Amino acid sequence: MTDVVVVGAGVVGAACAYYAARAGLSVTVLDRGPVAAGTTGAGEGNILVSDKEPGPELELALLSARLWRELAGLGGFEYEAKGGLVVAETSEVLGSLADLAVAQAGAGVEHVPVAAGELPGYEPDLTPDLAGGVYYPQDSQVQPMLAAARLLSGAPGAVLRTGVEVTGLLRDGDRVTGVRTNEGDIPAGAVVNAAGTWSGEVAALAGLDLPILPRRGFILVTEPLGGRLGPPLIRHKVYTAAYVTDVASDSEGLETSAVIEGTPSGTVLIGASRERVGFDRTTSIPVLEALARQAVALFPGLAARRVIRAYCGFRPYCPDHLPVIGADPRAPGLYHACGHEGAGIGLAPATGHLVAGLLAGAAPTLDLSPFRPERFAA
Amino acid sequence: MTRSQEGPHAGRLDGARPVPAFEITVDGRPVPAAPGQTIGAVLHAAGVVSWRTTRVGGRPRGLFCGIGICFDCLVTVNGTPSLRACQTEALPGDRVTTG
Amino acid sequence: MPGSGHEGPGTRDLAIVGAGPAGMAAAVAASRAGLDVVLVDAQARLGGQYFRHAPPGLRAGHPGTPQRGFGRFTRLAEALTGVDVRLGHRVWAVEKAVEKNAERNTAGNAGKAAGNDPGNEADQNPGKDAAAGFIVHCLAGTRDERRVTLRARRLLIATGAHDRPLPFPGWDLPGVLTAGGAQALLKGDLVPAGRTVVVAGTGPFLLPVAAGLAEAGARVAGVFEANGGAGLAPALAVRPGKLAEGAGYLWRLARRRVPYAVRHAVVEAHGGDRLTHVTVARLGRDWTPGARRTIACDALAVGYGFVPQIELATQLGCATEAGGDGEQVVVVDAGMRTSVPGVYAAGEPTGVGGADLAEAEGWIAGRAVAADLGRPVRPAPALSRRRDRLAAFGRAMQDAYPVRDGWKGWLRGDTLVCRCEEVPYARVREALALGATDARSVKLLARPGMGWCQGRVCGYAVARLAGETSPPPRRPVAHPVRLGDLAGLPDRADETQGTANDPAGEEAR
Repeated sequence: MTDVVVVGAGVVGAACAYYAARAGLSVTVLDRGPVAAGTTGAGEGNILVSDKEPGPELELALLSARLWRELAGLGGFEYEAKGGLVVAETSEVLGSLADLAVAQAGAGVEHVPVAAGELPGYEPDLTPDLAGGVYYPQDSQVQPMLAAARLLSGAPGAVLRTGVEVTGLLRDGDRVTGVRTNEGDIPAGAVVNAAGTWSGEVAALAGLDLPILPRRGFILVTEPLGGRLGPPLIRHKVYTAAYVTDVASDSEGLETSAVIEGTPSGTVLIGASRERVGFDRTTSIPVLEALARQAVALFPGLAARRVIRAYCGFRPYCPDHLPVIGADPRAPGLYHACGHEGAGIGLAPATGHLVAGLLAGAAPTLDLSPFRPERFAA
Repeated sequence: MTRSQEGPHAGRLDGARPVPAFEITVDGRPVPAAPGQTIGAVLHAAGVVSWRTTRVGGRPRGLFCGIGICFDCLVTVNGTPSLRACQTEALPGDRVTTG
Repeated sequence: MPGSGHEGPGTRDLAIVGAGPAGMAAAVAASRAGLDVVLVDAQARLGGQYFRHAPPGLRAGHPGTPQRGFGRFTRLAEALTGVDVRLGHRVWAVEKAVEKNAERNTAGNAGKAAGNDPGNEADQNPGKDAAAGFIVHCLAGTRDERRVTLRARRLLIATGAHDRPLPFPGWDLPGVLTAGGAQALLKGDLVPAGRTVVVAGTGPFLLPVAAGLAEAGARVAGVFEANGGAGLAPALAVRPGKLAEGAGYLWRLARRRVPYAVRHAVVEAHGGDRLTHVTVARLGRDWTPGARRTIACDALAVGYGFVPQIELATQLGCATEAGGDGEQVVVVDAGMRTSVPGVYAAGEPTGVGGADLAEAEGWIAGRAVAADLGRPVRPAPALSRRRDRLAAFGRAMQDAYPVRDGWKGWLRGDTLVCRCEEVPYARVREALALGATDARSVKLLARPGMGWCQGRVCGYAVARLAGETSPPPRRPVAHPVRLGDLAGLPDRADETQGTANDPAGEEAR
């Protein structure tokens, strides 16, 4: 019998498997698809502390940013400590941004206020029509699919089984004692639900209500330029202050805010849109147009660069925009590691670290009560 | 730019007598062209089979699919980068730069 | 009958994407039935790949007809009077339109949030209402590229196919072209691919490519057909006339002493910065390479079948299925209707079968659209029978010229699989070892298909290396579009009339 079954081979499941295996537990990771092909496969790879207000998610993000720096030693997933630059179009917004940065500093977020005249020193191609910004050196970036794959391959003794779909849970009374799959039953000491946007379905197998819903996001990808020889057009992760408010928004309609960055492949990734349309993959041209407008407004030089691809993904969100992390008291043996919305790549190591700690019986290093699974129960 | 040792191989245009012919330049070297021909065809006919190098491996690239699908034949014409040579009609006086 | 659409000015009855045999025939059929038709094509001239021809300026003084069936093309082109032909228009997206003032969902809000004019027709509601027709997003011009947006009540996808290459060491050397690329260079620009050319791959298409090159003055150093031709009997039972056509090509090659060999393939291309010679290997039954020899050449034309171009259909959610050659094709009914109401497909997108089949399907589709829009159209059972017969032939030919998995044995660790992102075979293997199990996850981990061509060139190979057949394409942006154009204000993006690409003069030959 394996100690732990992790459901989901995305970056969160991979991090859970990595830290659990490092804690000496035997781990089996299941995914109905390939590795990192669901929620993770449509991500940008953001590791952000800058976009979070002081509170439990920021604590998680700071722990995660530290863990990602350690994990970077595994190599092979394009970890870049590039820093984030948040810019404000107006002095009013800049004021709010500066206030936020001061509040974040109290929690341990490093930042550097950047006056309008100093912006070109950070990003020479930024539009001059900005009031200023804040630079966040802890923000960083990974290639999320490779990160998940490398964490899994770096988890000592962990077994990855792709193409295995969990169809039910093995129970002993309330207790969860393993999973039922299309390839037979797998008894386990514990089951970790890391199924990303589909985590609500896994919880439902235990008769539990976990309100995790999809929020659609599109990303544009430009033609590659520069490559090894030239410097990238965009050095940091650059986004507008509006992103912070959008992230926390409850709006059902579309919101877009520019999040722009170069990648080691020479492309520029352009996000971020957020809309609640279920699992509809149909491309919305107006959304692509809005993303393009915002990108060009921020970096006028991008107007001449071509978009060669676009993709969309579904971010798993909870009504209170906090993830679900920890043991489920309603079904002993079942742990959740899901609901990270658009921050799953960044928050994965901390999530995995905390869940592995619980599985190994260690006291949590962070207060998990804001993330408790039963908090939505009426 | 890769140039044939023997020079142009296709001066003979399948019996056609194009009029009026004109020239474009490749890195300053004049190359004959005919109305309606693509930049890619003009270069290829002149024995120039590659006009860019790849980002990672620095490999030479020229025509491959010939119908606008593969983007291997991206070329810089009159300073405008990333045009598909197989889809861009040559015009008198065009300056192609390789590299 | 211009302006017959009631959805507002500028909405046509039918937009056809692709002006090859299928699109041209459909345009003629639909316009004869009284429909207001716009025919869009990326190329500078009508005809698609099959009827690709040299520009008038190049052929001056040499007005001969170089191609089989070219008279048919001329008749189709002349019958396009009354059709709005938009050449040099590349379609980067198609989407469903919704009725003006219809209830907006979140996609409608998208426009508002982005500051669009609330009345902008480009606001749309995917998946709810196809009755309002379709929006065809184009880029027109090459150097002076600009957005053009067309609207139509019905949409026909007649986008043809492109070559299906297989990777092998050295296949990215300059001088290596796809078979279709060599053919396009010859037919469209009258330029032979090289002085000494090797033609290789599989399928009947290799023969006209080789014959054309030989007759244009190139020395064809050999034609290497990877299959044995043993499975041809069923195909020839359907269209016995094709035997004579094939024999005719072989005779033309023999007359010019062009060596022709079956069960052989080019398994490696050599050269420094350009092709100098190729290695040809004898193939076993599963294409495992055996005895090898080298042949000096400065060009190689190579192709292993064709990939239908169906990304516009999948953008709209049209159902697809794997065709006989493993490529995804659009599912259509007897009237060429796809699973999405209002969307039709004809020609290679419904299954590769050649120009005759494409034209037949075009006639059927044009008539079906007219009938569906309430125009009187007489039934044409003979046309349907012809289509069925030609489609059966196409399937039988695909069966006779399969790709066997032995080609994987040609690859070395450093052989590029993806040319755009320069992904070697070793990285594909690494992705599979890391837990990728299909083409998409290989792409996510190792990047093949993420570059300029969006996997059109390497898609088949990557899918086969991942152990599956090609999945339906996911290309929300079918053609690169400048961010400035994508960001363009709606009024700038509205339909541009009277462009320089007016077809009337161009095609009056």
